[in-house]
Amino acid sequence: MATATGIHHRSYKAELRLRHTKAEWARLALIFLGLFLAPYILNTYWLGIGNSILIAVIGAVGLNILVGFTGQISLGQGGFLAVGAYTSAILSTRAGLPVPVAVIVAVLATAVIGALFGLPALRLKGLYLAIATLASQEIIMFVVKRWGWLTEDKGYIEVPRLNLFGWQIERETFELQWYWILLPVTVLSVFAARNLFRTALGRSFMAVRDQDIAAEAIGVNLTRAKVTAFAVSSGFVGLSGALSAYYTETVTWERFSLDVSVLYLAMIIVGGLGSIAGSVYGAVFMMLLPALLTEAGDKVRDTAPFISEQLPAIKNAVFGLAIIAFLLVEPRGLDRIWSRIKDYIRFWPFRY
Amino acid sequence: MLAPPVADDREDAVRTRAYEHSLNSSTLPAGSPALEIRDIELRFGGVVALQDVSFTVTQGHIHSVIGPNGAGKSSLLNCVSGLYHPQQGSVTLHTGAEGVAHELTSFPPHKIARLGVARSFQNIELFSGLTVLENLMLGRHTHMRHSIAASLLWFGPARAQEIAHRGLVEEVIDLLSLQAFRHKPVGSLAYGIQKRVELGRALAVQPSLLLLDEPMAGMNSEEKEDMARYVLDVHELAGVTVILIEHDMAVVMDISDRVSVLDFGRLIADGTPDEVKANPAVVEAYLGAEDH
Repeated sequence: MATATGIHHRSYKAELRLRHTKAEWARLALIFLGLFLAPYILNTYWLGIGNSILIAVIGAVGLNILVGFTGQISLGQGGFLAVGAYTSAILSTRAGLPVPVAVIVAVLATAVIGALFGLPALRLKGLYLAIATLASQEIIMFVVKRWGWLTEDKGYIEVPRLNLFGWQIERETFELQWYWILLPVTVLSVFAARNLFRTALGRSFMAVRDQDIAAEAIGVNLTRAKVTAFAVSSGFVGLSGALSAYYTETVTWERFSLDVSVLYLAMIIVGGLGSIAGSVYGAVFMMLLPALLTEAGDKVRDTAPFISEQLPAIKNAVFGLAIIAFLLVEPRGLDRIWSRIKDYIRFWPFRY
Repeated sequence: MLAPPVADDREDAVRTRAYEHSLNSSTLPAGSPALEIRDIELRFGGVVALQDVSFTVTQGHIHSVIGPNGAGKSSLLNCVSGLYHPQQGSVTLHTGAEGVAHELTSFPPHKIARLGVARSFQNIELFSGLTVLENLMLGRHTHMRHSIAASLLWFGPARAQEIAHRGLVEEVIDLLSLQAFRHKPVGSLAYGIQKRVELGRALAVQPSLLLLDEPMAGMNSEEKEDMARYVLDVHELAGVTVILIEHDMAVVMDISDRVSVLDFGRLIADGTPDEVKANPAVVEAYLGAEDH
């Protein structure tokens, strides 16, 4: 219950809710209103970018569970995306499984493989673990590049246009239809991840991050906690990979290279480590930035042709500058900036 | 903790604060041996940290372990909680079930925690990014279930479990007067309060045996008095067995039922506070030997 003197809870159940005040609910309602109206406002090009963002959000949330919440740094994101994409693509094109089943199996398979590659985390920490996960990235890349059986020696897998229980994706309404598939999946994924960190399991992950000796001393089984964190994180990443397979309709190894792992790390650093909302902000920021730069380059094509010619280089430079700026100015990312803005408004006209 | 006496004869005017949950999970009768340490030897390479140390901790006692710096007090505690594994000797825990004794020396820390051995650390080792409440809820870890599906779903068993365990945690918060800090990140709290949160986290485990490693280190006398009061409250209310490492002799002699003295990794005295105070070996260890 919100009053002038603060928020007063009458039950633990009420306190455990994610949103307590009418203002918070109103803000959430506004966001959903925007999400529902977006496909009717945006043109196909921007809706396509929106769809890519929705897929990336799931992957960023997954990576943040591991890196931001459990403190286990990972450079293997691209590899785990690949596991999700290849598994679901092979299962639905060659084994003929219905798409939802193939996606669920892909999520579970990625979770298992993630847990397996998480085993070095039982012995390694920090930079050493980063190198070990880099190895897992390279091992998975090696397998998907060299194992001809995966792609029937074509080097890529072609995934037929999605047909969900007779609901065929049409060429003209491709992005719109995909938006309505991806939006609920992404919203549910984000909600599930948010839930995780108000339960005992999620808390044990954060305990491992903050103080592993004390975590052990209060009964957290470090082995189990770390492997579970790798599995849960990889499950989300596998879902993101599987969705991208059906959305892009081709699966090739180039889309899962080390660059992708680094891009996702940048997303969660810019968004905010250890924050689910931050993962969302970071994914949106990192996916939107290149698109906006392209747009800006097109605008100045006539007045300053130099800029539009050098656009790829400028994109890279801005990308790098953005990361450096965040690390310097606000290492806790967009999530922290947003909460500072909220505080400023709440306390205004006072400073604190 | 008693409410202040009020000149009022209403039935509820004076009443001991009633707690629903016992903070003590041991069912041993008071006076029987709770922890038996036998001939343990702990070496790090060539350095002998503990040698031939044996003593028994009695159920319901506050048992202090004292000794000069480097005497091996913290190492001893780490042997009990499984962070170190002594090369020789045995550490046997009795938690109450008839005839069941647990040999701790080969157990990993999380299994020992599951038997109800809870501890605080000399240098505060809280989960600094989490709030006081989350730190205390983590004390409930061994009592909670950790299903992935239920956690992601939240509604249902996961939420019910959070609410069920919150009751006990709130009693710990009340007992240690942590109400004002419930939702503060522990990293932002003052030193003395962090020490109290660490005690609280150990209590939330519902310990059968509570290990406190210098809970009053670095405090002024007022804070020490508060902390001693909390330890006594906990001991009195819950009857929980405490092993206390402390440097402040006044505190140790005041609140302990029994005192063991370590020096250079060896046990040099073991007895009631008065016996220990009169023991010449202890005097020598603390004040230095007289010249001959």
